[in-house]
Amino acid sequence: MGQAYSAGLTVTDSIILRKERILPLKGSVLVKKGDKVKAEDVVAETLLPGKVVPFNLANKLGVTPAQLVNFIQIKPGDKITKDTILAQTKGLFGLGFLKNEVRSPIEGEVESISSITGQVLLREPRIPVQVKAFIDGVVDEVVPAEGVIIQNKSAYIQGIFGIGDETTGILKILVSNPEEELDAGKIDESCRDKIIIAGSMVRYHVIDLARKHGVKAIITGGIDDQDIKKLLGYDIGVAITGHEKVGLTIVCTEGFGKINMAHKTFDLLKSFDGAKASIHGRTQIRAGVIRPEIIIPLPFEESELKAPEVSVPYLEPGALIRIIRQPNFGRIAKVTGLPEKLTKVESETLVRILEAEFEDGTRFSIPRANVEVIES
Amino acid sequence: MQYDEKRLTRIVATDCGSTTTKAILIEWIDGEFRQTIRGEAPTTVEAPLNDVTKGVINATQELEELARLKYNNPNIKFMENGEFVIPRKGDIGVDAYVSTSSAGGGLQMMVTGVVASMTGESAERAALGAGAIVMDLISSNDKRMNHEKIERIRQLRPDMILMAGGEDGGTIKHVVEMAELVAGADPKPRLGSAYKLPVIFAGNTDAQNDIRNTLGDKVDLIITENLRPKLESENLGPARDKIHDIFMEHVMQQAPGYNKLMSWTLGPDREQVPIMPTPAAVGNIIQAIAKDENIEVVGVDIGGATTDVFSVFTEEFVFNRTVSANLGMSYSISNVLASAKLENILRWVPFDIDESELRNMIKNKMIRPTTIPALLEELVLEQAIAKEALRLAFLQHREFAVTLKGTQRQRDISEAFSQSTSGNSIVNMMTLSLLVGSGGVLSHAPRRHQTVMMLIDAFLPEGITRLAVDSIFMMPHLGVLSEISVKAATEVFKKDCLIYMGTCVAPVGKGKEGKLALSAEIKLPDGSVFKEDIPYGEIRLIPCEVGKTAKASLKAHGGLILDKEKNRELEVELHGGLVGIVLDTRGRQPFVLPVEASQRVPLLKKWMRELKAYPESILV
Repeated sequence: MGQAYSAGLTVTDSIILRKERILPLKGSVLVKKGDKVKAEDVVAETLLPGKVVPFNLANKLGVTPAQLVNFIQIKPGDKITKDTILAQTKGLFGLGFLKNEVRSPIEGEVESISSITGQVLLREPRIPVQVKAFIDGVVDEVVPAEGVIIQNKSAYIQGIFGIGDETTGILKILVSNPEEELDAGKIDESCRDKIIIAGSMVRYHVIDLARKHGVKAIITGGIDDQDIKKLLGYDIGVAITGHEKVGLTIVCTEGFGKINMAHKTFDLLKSFDGAKASIHGRTQIRAGVIRPEIIIPLPFEESELKAPEVSVPYLEPGALIRIIRQPNFGRIAKVTGLPEKLTKVESETLVRILEAEFEDGTRFSIPRANVEVIES
Repeated sequence: MQYDEKRLTRIVATDCGSTTTKAILIEWIDGEFRQTIRGEAPTTVEAPLNDVTKGVINATQELEELARLKYNNPNIKFMENGEFVIPRKGDIGVDAYVSTSSAGGGLQMMVTGVVASMTGESAERAALGAGAIVMDLISSNDKRMNHEKIERIRQLRPDMILMAGGEDGGTIKHVVEMAELVAGADPKPRLGSAYKLPVIFAGNTDAQNDIRNTLGDKVDLIITENLRPKLESENLGPARDKIHDIFMEHVMQQAPGYNKLMSWTLGPDREQVPIMPTPAAVGNIIQAIAKDENIEVVGVDIGGATTDVFSVFTEEFVFNRTVSANLGMSYSISNVLASAKLENILRWVPFDIDESELRNMIKNKMIRPTTIPALLEELVLEQAIAKEALRLAFLQHREFAVTLKGTQRQRDISEAFSQSTSGNSIVNMMTLSLLVGSGGVLSHAPRRHQTVMMLIDAFLPEGITRLAVDSIFMMPHLGVLSEISVKAATEVFKKDCLIYMGTCVAPVGKGKEGKLALSAEIKLPDGSVFKEDIPYGEIRLIPCEVGKTAKASLKAHGGLILDKEKNRELEVELHGGLVGIVLDTRGRQPFVLPVEASQRVPLLKKWMRELKAYPESILV
């Protein structure tokens, strides 16, 4: 067999991306096609009505509902702040002596005034629901009243698993190589608002310290299952994540346990040390898979923004592979052969294997299912 | 329409599972239909391919290559330009292509209720009872803003939504508000196919019309009985059954590229042969076995995302099937750990292992579902996990397979939070004649002895039970093939699919380790005689070929019984098989494993050695 399809994650120094940014409720789109946007820019917004606060003004003022009209200082639709005078009496003999006044308990606006009950309905300020651009780029398409599609050119890394929602920050490498485990001593105030990069592992106490120092996100090769459980307070049954509120986002590039970050991923991140990145931990491993993403926007000309061709990774002699299961999890090798016949491996399972060679020249064979192709 | 060998000489059948797409070639050779070649490839439901037909092409390519090798004919081809050539023209093409699918994977649901701790929790229980994973519970009082709830529905992309809320005659307003939220989210099926998202309403019956008006046009609305008609009464059965049926019939086979796949499945006259959901196809086969042999049968198909259990019990051949969409060996493997708990998995492992290493291994399988165990130790661990997945799926099946379905059950308030049951299970292990295993971990176990061990440990058959396995996992393929040729399906099933592995004899009752449990005298077909007084807590394996029987005189001791009539002595014929006859005196009802590893591990090793389950290297 000359070649075979192999699943793999995308790690590339340049890709054209399109991101849909849609409001949960209909509202207004604040940008137009062709606009250049930054990740933190609000591109669409809707305002939800604020909470209604009933307030018996006549009672508070000590007048009858019918009399209220003589003293009221507001009308429906008026904007109010906390302590705005809603109504006041004129005081004895109209001289302001023993004058009584009632101030607004909230900020917002006046909804209605009833002369029958003496009650006013005040409404708290509208609550904005906003969608941000999430990536620096250009508005490629406007979905009226709902949102936009943003396009850009980026360096792009798909993680294998993550937790936590979208965020942006500056990349900061804290280890010297992809084999190094991130040490707590490296976390300090200089990490605030940064996306920090670990090597093979980041442990719970380090994550916790990072949270305390206001780190936005952590990118790591591996993470321990029990540390995730400690962070979340529950065990993950199926890999559907991204909504967790743990104070930061975590993207794991290799898997669970201590696993060296792939050199290609590490080198790419290192070359962008100090650059701005957008990141999320959303993962859904089921048909129609969603993987976490690290997006580092690059300068681009609009003429470059053409839909990328789908490239399919194939196993073939000469292809670089990464091993994704024990033994030798995480190691890189080069395919030397793809024998067609089924072969018995240590577990006595009969499988299709491939033959490969590590960098040091050691030759070995492995089930084809246990490798992924990496772009060379 | 049915065809015979005049029109069917070469057929490709695939099963698109959540993890792997399995292709088989069926040919008319020397006057009979036989399964000749098998190929497989990862199911392609992730970018950049995101199209299930690519996995079919890859698996078929493997078939083509192996066919060329087998027949030493480089011209053999089943596809051209990425599509099947139908009908066959000499070396090129096939006469039919049929497929089953469960590529969509497990069932992930959202549930809604008015009060989270009341109707919300009842809805959650109904969904869990149907084998779903509940991604979130949304209720009127859960303190989230409406737009947050809508955002959540959109982000989670549920496969189905169950809406409950309101006693009969109670609140309508709050129930309709929840429906408005769902309508506002305008949920689409996750895989964007040409069907609408199923939403089941099982709330206040008085609100049904308003719900229809709110949601009728936007989703596939299914209305069923209120699952909490009164505060103190819960009626989960109808909602649970609806979830289950809709999932199995409409949701689980969906996957990116499904519509394209539908256009590919053609018979000899290029007529459409509808894709069948995998459990429907396997269910057909299990029913056919029960009726053909006039016996009670349990079948199981354990996949990557789901574990499907089928049973035929009683003289009326009552058929039940359950799909536990939260138990499986890849996508759902971590949920097996969460449901079964680590100690229950470890109780089957005959060596020390670092707990965190095992947990990480399970999670890594979840995130890289297509990998397979290359190391012996990892194989043993996966098989331990499989035992627990099978055990839990069978437990769920027992709860479904009841005498009276959907009967309402009164609950008092204190009981309102425990899992409900209704009716008595008709599953009776003592009357069961045949246990059939299928699915990757059972069909492709390197040794059939391992399959026997997994089936016995997970299902704990009682009395005398035959064991069989789907040889290379082709029951789904044959189930759908029977739609165009019962003849081909039956012939292949009998010759190539069902492999009898032997018979398990397990006396039922409690005993004491070391005390006498079973005296057996077994006359084997080769004339030799096995005779032993076997103490409690042992396993014996006696080889006896497939197709042969042995005459056995069995006598149980110390309160143990051998059949439904509670006989202690039996003269019976025991069927042989690829593995043989297993005498299991470890006890049933209860079956107990020592808690202490120092006591348990030596026992596991002894049993595994006796069953020849693993190489000696891992049992020393």
